[in-house]
Amino acid sequence: MSAVIEVFIAGTGHTAVGEHWGISLRHLAWEAIGPALQAAQLKKPDAIFVGNMLAARISEQQNLGALLADFCGLRGTEAVTVEAAGASGGAAMRQALLALRSGEIRTALVVGVEKTTDKVGADVTSAVAAGADSDWELAQGATAPAIAALIMRRYMHEHGVHLEQFAGFAVNSHANACVNADAMFRNVLDATRYAQAGMVASPVNVLDSAPDADGAAALVLTAGTGQLRPGLRVRVAASSLATDTLAVHDRRDVLVFAAAKLSAQRALQQAGLAPDQIDLAELYDRFSVFAALSLEACGFAQRGEGWRLAANGAIGRSGRLPISTFGGLKARGNPGGATGVYQLVEVTRQLAGTAEANQVVGAKWGLAQCLGSSGATAVTHILQGVESN
Amino acid sequence: MRRGAMMTDIQLDTGVMRPARGVGIVGYGAYLPRFRLPAAEVSRVWAEGSAGLPVQEKAVAGLDEDVATMSIEAARNAVARAGIESERIGAVWVGSESHPYAVKPTSTIVAEAIGAVPHTQAADWQFACKAGTEAMQAAIGFVGSGMADYAFAIGMDIAQARPGDALEYTAGAGGAAFLLGPADDAVAVIEGTHSFVTDTPDFWRRQYAKYPQHGQRFTGEPAYFRHITAAAERLMEAMDISPQDYAYAVFHQPNTKFPLRVGKQLGFTVAQLETGLLAPLIGNVYAGSALIGLTAVLDVAQPGDRVLLVSFGSGAGSDAFQLRVGERISACRESAPSTQDYVQRRTEIDYATYSRYRGKLTLE
Repeated sequence: MSAVIEVFIAGTGHTAVGEHWGISLRHLAWEAIGPALQAAQLKKPDAIFVGNMLAARISEQQNLGALLADFCGLRGTEAVTVEAAGASGGAAMRQALLALRSGEIRTALVVGVEKTTDKVGADVTSAVAAGADSDWELAQGATAPAIAALIMRRYMHEHGVHLEQFAGFAVNSHANACVNADAMFRNVLDATRYAQAGMVASPVNVLDSAPDADGAAALVLTAGTGQLRPGLRVRVAASSLATDTLAVHDRRDVLVFAAAKLSAQRALQQAGLAPDQIDLAELYDRFSVFAALSLEACGFAQRGEGWRLAANGAIGRSGRLPISTFGGLKARGNPGGATGVYQLVEVTRQLAGTAEANQVVGAKWGLAQCLGSSGATAVTHILQGVESN
Repeated sequence: MRRGAMMTDIQLDTGVMRPARGVGIVGYGAYLPRFRLPAAEVSRVWAEGSAGLPVQEKAVAGLDEDVATMSIEAARNAVARAGIESERIGAVWVGSESHPYAVKPTSTIVAEAIGAVPHTQAADWQFACKAGTEAMQAAIGFVGSGMADYAFAIGMDIAQARPGDALEYTAGAGGAAFLLGPADDAVAVIEGTHSFVTDTPDFWRRQYAKYPQHGQRFTGEPAYFRHITAAAERLMEAMDISPQDYAYAVFHQPNTKFPLRVGKQLGFTVAQLETGLLAPLIGNVYAGSALIGLTAVLDVAQPGDRVLLVSFGSGAGSDAFQLRVGERISACRESAPSTQDYVQRRTEIDYATYSRYRGKLTLE
């Protein structure tokens, strides 16, 4: 990174994740945008970047850029939607950063919004499945859990891991969601409950799978510190987006999330950090096996060893590398294209010391990584908490 | 409002509906067909036995049963308990979402069979699972205004469910009949009732469609829980009464979990709920669901006991009732089979037999 223009997070906002039956896509977005603009004391950003993956299919709504700019009283503002399936939120953040660093704009609003409850059942499943390769995966009936099941089965086979040994991921997520008032599932889980959970697509069970949810999260970014109030600041230290084959069967090794690995390596290099210098990570734990593979891709664990961090408690809030600190996709909920922005809001709150009951004590460096289409797109951001001068 | 206020009070400002003259249930009767389909059978056929089961089993109607025949059974039980001549019945109203005919009333068949014809009123009611309780509210008005001395409100269903749908585990058959009359003769006096309705499309069946559709999880919080809670809370507030003042509470029971959860949310204990909770053994009998829970309560309640009854109908609305059991309850109880007699009368069938009995197979 040339590091000519430093970018900071000036404000965040988010809604509770869950089933917002009574509220529309645009209202949901506004409930995150309003507080973010207010926190940043910004009336109007130079540009808006919207992360969303399902509105066209589920809400039959496209062009969210114009929709949200208009609805939020920001008519006239440059605004576009960025779509990269489950990585849409992170990709929107990435585009905002590129724009800020180009010098063309000085402030940006990043908003992730997803409304899955405008439809139910198979309509949602097929809309979500459209993130996979339509010709080569979807046409064969391979939905997201089915693809995750293939990967998890192979992981268990190659690395000699039993189903029960994945329990730590869901248990950790629920333990963290318990104290997050905005999480979707706030019940405590134990390994026994996990072992008894019904199968979605064997060996992926109900408690391996993150729930599709409604939610919106927003960030205000500024170029330079001019607009920031004194106090603890959060700097965007690194940003990288990488891709892999869309169809999982085209991968040389299905047990390596190559895009996640590449984007994490680049991001760590930009920040000048080794993996063990990261204090906490929000990873894409849409399925337990994704969490294990993400830990390995980011260099937090060796190949085939990611599950051990869950089994030995290293991922807990006071462990060596806390993950899913507000519940992760599994228990905070997975609002599709908003998920990547939730992760960034959560890491920001951790580094700003405003994570309340979810606070990881003394966190300075946080990593957020989201994936689209079973790892075909990966976006990694590293944020740093810095004391103001 | 003071507790146990007179039935003659008319207080429209509280939203509680009460008639000018006191009205009560003078006779009640349940009916359940004898066949039972275990939920595990549905899971065996449709989910390789791996599905979570919302009930233990459901009641299934036989080949020669429909809402008309089942309503007649329940109505005859109610007449037997009421001990009045059928010619004095001024209305026969049947609430159901599985009336045998799209055009032609069920109620005239029932009225004819019980001997209430020809100088009587007859009509069919429809409001998903609360069609029976809305007929009951109308009957309260009919008797309470003096337009008739006795009026029948029946909630009865043979619930439909698409094979393999989540509803197939629970969609059962059965219901109950209530003869409403002057409070003086009542086995239970209606102390007040309240309705809460909104346009909430959680479950529906279009014209000519064989099976209903539903909004999956949308049927929970925004539909069932919101409406039952709102109706019950408003009624209790207006009656100035607390959950612990009731001996029993009965809620619409589409499965085992929902009524227990809504009861707990409202402040009721399992002990208050379990007598009327039949869903685990009979499934969801739709328009008859809350009402057959009430007959099970009346089978054991003591004079002076207060009962809360709250139905839920998709589309959506809830009718809440507060009843006080009267002295005549003990005298009439044995005049007809009890609800538990019907629950215990049980012939288990497998999914294949169920498919034949309920016309699930296309034969041509």
